[in-house]
Amino acid sequence: MSPVWPGVGEGKGELFWTHWTEVLTLKTYWVSKGSAFSTSISKQEAELSPEMISSGSWRDRPFKSYNFSAHGILPDSGHLHPLLKVRTQFRQIFLEMGFTEMPTDNFIESSFWNFDALFQPQQHPARDQHDTFFLKDPAEALQLPTDYVHRVKRVHSHGGYGSQGYKYNWKLDEARKNLLRTHTTAASARALYRLAQKKPFTPAKYFSIDRVFRNETLDATHLAEFHQIEGVVADHGLTLGHLMGVLREFFTKLGITQLRFKPAYNPYTEPSMEVFSYHQGLKKWVEVGNSGLFRPEMLLPMGLPENVSVIAWGLSLERPTMIKYNINNIRELVGHKVNLQMVYDSPLCRLDAEQGSPQTQETT
Amino acid sequence: MPNGEIQKLIITEETAKIRPYAVAAVLRNIKFTKDRYDSFIELQEKLHQNICRKRALVAIGTHDLDTLSGPFTYTAKRPSDIKFKPLNKTKEYTACELMNIYKTDNHLKHYLHIIENKPLYPVIYDSNGVVLSMPPIINGNHTKITVNTRNVFIECTGTDFTKAKIVLDIIVTMFSEYCENQFTVEAAEVVFPNGKSSTFPELAYRKEMVRADLINKKVGIRETPENIAKLLTRMYLKSEVIGDGNQIEIEIPPTRADVIHACDIVEDAAIAYGYNNIQMALPKTYTIANQFPLNKLTELLRYDMAAAGFTEALTFALCSQEDIADKLGLDISATNAVHISNPKTAEFQVARTTLLPGLLKTIAANRKMPLPLKLFEISDIVIKDSSRDVGARNYRHLCAVYYNKNPGFEIIHGLLDRIMQLLDVPPGEKKRGYVIKASEGPAFFPGRCAEVFARGQSIGKLGVLHPDVITKFELNMPCSTLEINIEPFL
Repeated sequence: MSPVWPGVGEGKGELFWTHWTEVLTLKTYWVSKGSAFSTSISKQEAELSPEMISSGSWRDRPFKSYNFSAHGILPDSGHLHPLLKVRTQFRQIFLEMGFTEMPTDNFIESSFWNFDALFQPQQHPARDQHDTFFLKDPAEALQLPTDYVHRVKRVHSHGGYGSQGYKYNWKLDEARKNLLRTHTTAASARALYRLAQKKPFTPAKYFSIDRVFRNETLDATHLAEFHQIEGVVADHGLTLGHLMGVLREFFTKLGITQLRFKPAYNPYTEPSMEVFSYHQGLKKWVEVGNSGLFRPEMLLPMGLPENVSVIAWGLSLERPTMIKYNINNIRELVGHKVNLQMVYDSPLCRLDAEQGSPQTQETT
Repeated sequence: MPNGEIQKLIITEETAKIRPYAVAAVLRNIKFTKDRYDSFIELQEKLHQNICRKRALVAIGTHDLDTLSGPFTYTAKRPSDIKFKPLNKTKEYTACELMNIYKTDNHLKHYLHIIENKPLYPVIYDSNGVVLSMPPIINGNHTKITVNTRNVFIECTGTDFTKAKIVLDIIVTMFSEYCENQFTVEAAEVVFPNGKSSTFPELAYRKEMVRADLINKKVGIRETPENIAKLLTRMYLKSEVIGDGNQIEIEIPPTRADVIHACDIVEDAAIAYGYNNIQMALPKTYTIANQFPLNKLTELLRYDMAAAGFTEALTFALCSQEDIADKLGLDISATNAVHISNPKTAEFQVARTTLLPGLLKTIAANRKMPLPLKLFEISDIVIKDSSRDVGARNYRHLCAVYYNKNPGFEIIHGLLDRIMQLLDVPPGEKKRGYVIKASEGPAFFPGRCAEVFARGQSIGKLGVLHPDVITKFELNMPCSTLEINIEPFL
């Protein structure tokens, strides 16, 4: 093997292999005094201490600089559930508009209050096993207001109060069947019935936000239990125009100002309207609620005066919450499979503030 | 009545127990095209799905009249005595065999239950014994309608006479347009078991009188009676102003069986006017708002529970029997729970009688979160109660759990003390005060359970959970819990 003198950049490995040369590394440093040069040793301080304050020694100590781009320590706090934060806001909106909260603390309801009193016929598909949770125990309601039940039976089977009725055999047994309420409109019916018993009639504004149950097919946006928001105004001479006016005020408080109305159908309201608002992010009109005037066949048997109209509207609590907090699967919001980190991190619910979702920001 | 005698459908008394009502009519010299034929079938399906309530109330059968010979008989027979070749099949079957065959038919299996377990099945024959149909399941193949069919015999059978008549009216009014003699329908006679007879379709027109100012008042517009009459006529409710100039007479055709009250007419007027043209106004209703006291208290407590370091959960009100009984060491009969009939899955067997299972399941689903986990919920549970009109009632409960490497009884106890402080309930046996006393329960670790007494009554329990409960909920850390009824504090 012939020795090769290393040129600049040539592998010094070759030389090592021959053991004829050894590479030595020489390192040189230039050292000079810095501004913090001292002949005594002192550690850099992290924080001010009580001792430093009282002795004044903080004046002579160096302090390590802060890294302002790091995060702080989050306070050890509890958290409120996002859906219930939204509920609090809706309650607030109704109270600001002068609406009184109805009692809704009964998940169990009779078919009578849930359907019959609302003029929903006994053969209606919604009263199927497929859509409604009926009860095994207690299977039947124990008491129903007798006189009122007779009036309801008559209007269903024969008509009256200006109506042709449905002309079918109305059965008391069917009305007695207990169920998990499918809407809080059953609670509204109870409230209106109580109102009708007070003479003379005084106008009222009611609201409720509570849980309802539907036995439907479940998917990413539907569960068997959800929350319904309902508003009701009972007064002389209310019109469809008044319903639209109330809806405009209500939705304005939610930050929704562009509204359009479309004819719809509900068994217990006529006229009925679907309410739409323009979603900036999705660039289309989306349904935000359902509304209408309660049918006379529902109001008159209760004993409400003939020239009293009752306007009502409803929407779900889950839908605006999922839009507000950008949640796609309802199971992450409601129920035990909730994402607790999401609960910890969710911001204040400010319904009338600008939409903060990335969707809207991208497309505007 | 062209081409000879009126068609007759005779109903026998056997139908009374299973499907008592039937009506019939004939569409003569109809001209089908592929589109009209498809539309004809689709209309029947749509009607079956809604107004006929999935064939339970009414079922429609349409048949090629030229393949039949009247009079027709609508009767009910034992399934084994009914034998025919059903639509689109190549051989004859008895009704029993058909019930079996259609169990796997995705379309027809949903209707079998309507007659399945009855002793007699409905069936319609012609004078030669040809089966027209076995309502509400299937028609015979013999009378199958094709694009070339010229004369159609329509029969509607069911359990609701009003709906059967309405359905017949709708079919004939929608398809009489395609008859040679446009917009005419040939009546059929139905003979009832008592010997009486009627002709159908009824095609009743009804006149309703509505005041113009009623429509204006309900909608919130100011139209003249003449304009309102025009709006309604545009909606196919032929109207004209009569009498003193304020009354409108409206003719309601048989196709509008949905118009049963003046409010239905009001809606049509509003639709014709255009909802978005109506002027918005605010009601002058003056009211002072009131909160529901229980909800007001709940809202106040929620905030302070979070301030105390606990996180709010929202769990399901429906759960399995196990969740509220077995997993907590109880027998279901001791829970006084409300039971749901025919739940699709175990998750909907009962309404919860305690908030604890929901919170424990929330912890189980969030295992990866840092400890301790401190959750709370203030919400309703359901208990049977015969003093209520429906036989059950809700109670507003407050439940908290502390889940960590140590049970933290003193923390849960401290939380109770804080809650009582907030509710202005002093410690001590005094009337308005609260006290906790050693207790036991199958869900709790022995010696680490206490009952809470306040305002003179027991309001709940707190304690360290029994390891059995912890493992049954698929958890593995110690856990202590508090659950009380807050209604006594209203």
